[in-house]
Amino acid sequence: MSPSDVSTAPPSDTDIPCSSVQLTVNGTAQTLTVDNRTTLLDALREGLHLTGTKKGCDHGQCGACTVTVNGRRINSCLSLAVMHDGDDVTTIEGVGTPDALDPMQAAFVEHDGFQCGYCTPGQICSAKAVLEEIRQNVPSHVTKNLMETIPISETEIRERMSGNICRCGAYANILAAITQVAEGSA
Amino acid sequence: MKFTSPATETIFDTSTVVGKATHRVDGPLKVSGRAPYAYERHDVIDGQLVAYPLGATIAKGRILSIDTQHAKAAPGVHTIITTLEYDELPKDERNVASLFGGDKVVHYHQAIAAVVADSFEQARAAANLITVKYDIEQDLDFDLERQWQQRGTVEPVSATGDFAQAFQSAAKTLDREYRTPGHSHAMMEPHSTLAHWDGDALTIWTSNQMIAWNREALAVTLGLEEDNIRVDSPYIGGGFGSKLFLRSDAVLAALASKASGRPVKLALPRPFVMNNTTHRGETIQRIRIGTDAQGHITAIAHTAMSPTQPGGQGEQATDQTRQFYAGANRLIEHHPVEMFLPESNAMRAPGEASGLMALEIAMDEMAEVLDMDPVAFRALNDTQVDPENPKRTFSDRNFTRCLSEGARAFGWHDRPQTPASRRDGNWLIGMGMAGAYRGSPVLTSGARVRLQANGTVIVETDMTDIGTGSYTIIAQTAAEVMGLPVSAIDVRLGDSNFPRSAGSGGQFGAPSSTAGVYAACVKLREMIAQKLQMPEAELSFSDGAVHSAGEPQLIGTFATDAELVAEDKIEFGKFRSDDHIVSTFGAHFVELRVHALTGEIRLNRMLAVCDSGRILNPITARSQVIGGMVMGVGAAMMEEMAVDRTQGFFANHDLAGYEVPVHMDIPSQEVIFLDTLDPVATPMKAKGIGELGLCGVAAAVANAAYNATGVRLRDYPVTLEKLFPGLPKV
Ligand code: FES
Ligand code: FES
Repeated sequence: MSPSDVSTAPPSDTDIPCSSVQLTVNGTAQTLTVDNRTTLLDALREGLHLTGTKKGCDHGQCGACTVTVNGRRINSCLSLAVMHDGDDVTTIEGVGTPDALDPMQAAFVEHDGFQCGYCTPGQICSAKAVLEEIRQNVPSHVTKNLMETIPISETEIRERMSGNICRCGAYANILAAITQVAEGSA
Repeated sequence: MKFTSPATETIFDTSTVVGKATHRVDGPLKVSGRAPYAYERHDVIDGQLVAYPLGATIAKGRILSIDTQHAKAAPGVHTIITTLEYDELPKDERNVASLFGGDKVVHYHQAIAAVVADSFEQARAAANLITVKYDIEQDLDFDLERQWQQRGTVEPVSATGDFAQAFQSAAKTLDREYRTPGHSHAMMEPHSTLAHWDGDALTIWTSNQMIAWNREALAVTLGLEEDNIRVDSPYIGGGFGSKLFLRSDAVLAALASKASGRPVKLALPRPFVMNNTTHRGETIQRIRIGTDAQGHITAIAHTAMSPTQPGGQGEQATDQTRQFYAGANRLIEHHPVEMFLPESNAMRAPGEASGLMALEIAMDEMAEVLDMDPVAFRALNDTQVDPENPKRTFSDRNFTRCLSEGARAFGWHDRPQTPASRRDGNWLIGMGMAGAYRGSPVLTSGARVRLQANGTVIVETDMTDIGTGSYTIIAQTAAEVMGLPVSAIDVRLGDSNFPRSAGSGGQFGAPSSTAGVYAACVKLREMIAQKLQMPEAELSFSDGAVHSAGEPQLIGTFATDAELVAEDKIEFGKFRSDDHIVSTFGAHFVELRVHALTGEIRLNRMLAVCDSGRILNPITARSQVIGGMVMGVGAAMMEEMAVDRTQGFFANHDLAGYEVPVHMDIPSQEVIFLDTLDPVATPMKAKGIGELGLCGVAAAVANAAYNATGVRLRDYPVTLEKLFPGLPKV
């Protein structure tokens, strides 16, 4: 399939409202024809076959579908693909590959920050964005002092990661992995 | 290989790989999003269509009609299957409620139709155009509380000595009731299947813990020859018991594929999962304990009630009480109550998880009645024999070590002696503990090992990895036996074309499947010995070579002409259960704080001490335990399937309404493994660990909340609105 030929809409039907969307996904320009009802998540998974981004709930309740759009993390299931014309999307596939893992991915392996692995791409995309948010001094619910530089603390990380559910319960290990990356690049 | 007597000295006693910290071999694939789960198999077959299910919106009754006219005409729709077009499909003995077919509805969100379309959006939109008419059965009872109040007598599950007499004459007694709500597995990956029906043959790429069971059930339900069915499930996004059995995703996808003549994939929508599939049933439990003046248990009775679909067991919450603590006079009663709620069935540590939520509060309460330390009270009532049949001994039971080492490591001596006596600012501080008990069953498990000319070994077994670490511990096992590094082992799992294994459930997966791989590897060693015309015992395997009297020979040289293939299975003899009880033990310790003004509960720290025989991989075993502890926190503090008692369904059926722990809920967690070995358990002297980590955790939290506040709750979950009225006056 060539990148310009991606469609989540059936070619046979003419009465479905479809749109053409241009996205940059993991650095590659893509033009997609999408059913207007298609979420960004399904455009990635079904249209581009980038299945690293997971669908845990499709309702913004679990965080498994977390990707970054123009540098900010979002739940891609809560966002329609047509809303992202011109956007720059990074998925787990763009974070690193099995042979060339990103430091955050490597830290997840080292600290066993997962079990079944289904929440993991979302956790990793979220974790990278969380460290960036703290560096940019974006406050959270647990930030005590808005006038000072926000510390990268366990509480800040836990709070900001709380939109990413891990039913396997790897939280303590995920925290260890994120902390290691935060300290390594501090 | 037959395991008919306790293991003696084995290569695992001097192991260099098994038992050593080894990172997950599937880790790089999972963290990079390259591990393919069931709904993502774009790679396996072209022309996939998408199906979307429809569920019944009544608990019980008959379907009068399903009008699909508008749905059929909707854009992109290929076909629609409805339950009325089929006779009720035969069900496998492991399924309780029927999965599809016929006009009868026996639970809410029972699958009644599926729309097959070109895309997900089209299938979903068309499914919304279907109208269903029902004849609703009225006056059904979904109220377990009422059933409990009206309960009659039942034939005891077991009775030892004379409980009534002993309880009456006991020096100290406790008689309490406890309530646990239903729990949902809530694994992150919804049940999903891609099915391809081709002539008489069916292939499904699915998400299932038990490949062989799944294939057997498909054969029964769909009327196919088992040989014509292939089930493939290499990666599973969590199961916890929810994916033990054939479920509607696979049935609907298969029927839809047959009807449309195309491969069809279907994932259960998240809001559909909790009522359509299984759950851990709610329970009401009564526990009576009588002791002598020193605290020795002389009488113990555990009575439990839980709902079930007709033909099911309900939640067997009394199981552990038969064997956990000593006491000559015992009574166990179980009241399953038929109710047309969705099917109650196995969820992680079925029986023990709910049972220990009650028993381990009761033990805490009894210790208080006796004015004893809860740790000491449990230790005093340890037993090394089956209390119901003292001729059977525990194969290896180190429960008192769990208690004492845990107490020491946690600083238990520093616990507030009196409830509600420690404060830190606005926070009340408390500590609690609980014992943990879970059987360690095993199942026959097979594997095939294929030595390659390049000195690597391919391991094939239909064992699954549901996050448990099977890929890794199987690679370690093969590496150990064949004298190779883990990187030289290529583990392939979850395919019904591979030898039948134990599968994943009941914490039997790790000990059974690794023993099966061990058996196959021993056979491969024997084949190599035969080639050398030497007894296997005179060879040693290490550093990728076979060492005999002469020059070491690279192991790959035995496969230069053709790969060398060995297949075997481990079969466990009856001695294991006739003479012994093989179980795992633990102790959980929790420190928490409760806000004195609001009742908000936050955990400070947790510790688990586990006695599970040989730990095959401390990294993945620890992850299993901390994951169980997280699930236990959920059960203690938030998880509750809210039953609509008039309509008969779970009202909070998604991840917004059914709350599970998130990062912010989980404090620092520590795990200590005792260095025990259990020669009766398996040839590797290993036992399960995946469920032990959950057992008792919720009670430890509840006991800590009592210690912090002086408010004793016996009705889970322990939440602030229940604590609040009893908080110490400010
Ligand atoms: S799939 Fe998007 S939040 Fe769950
Ligand atoms: S690793 Fe399984 S849900 Fe997080």
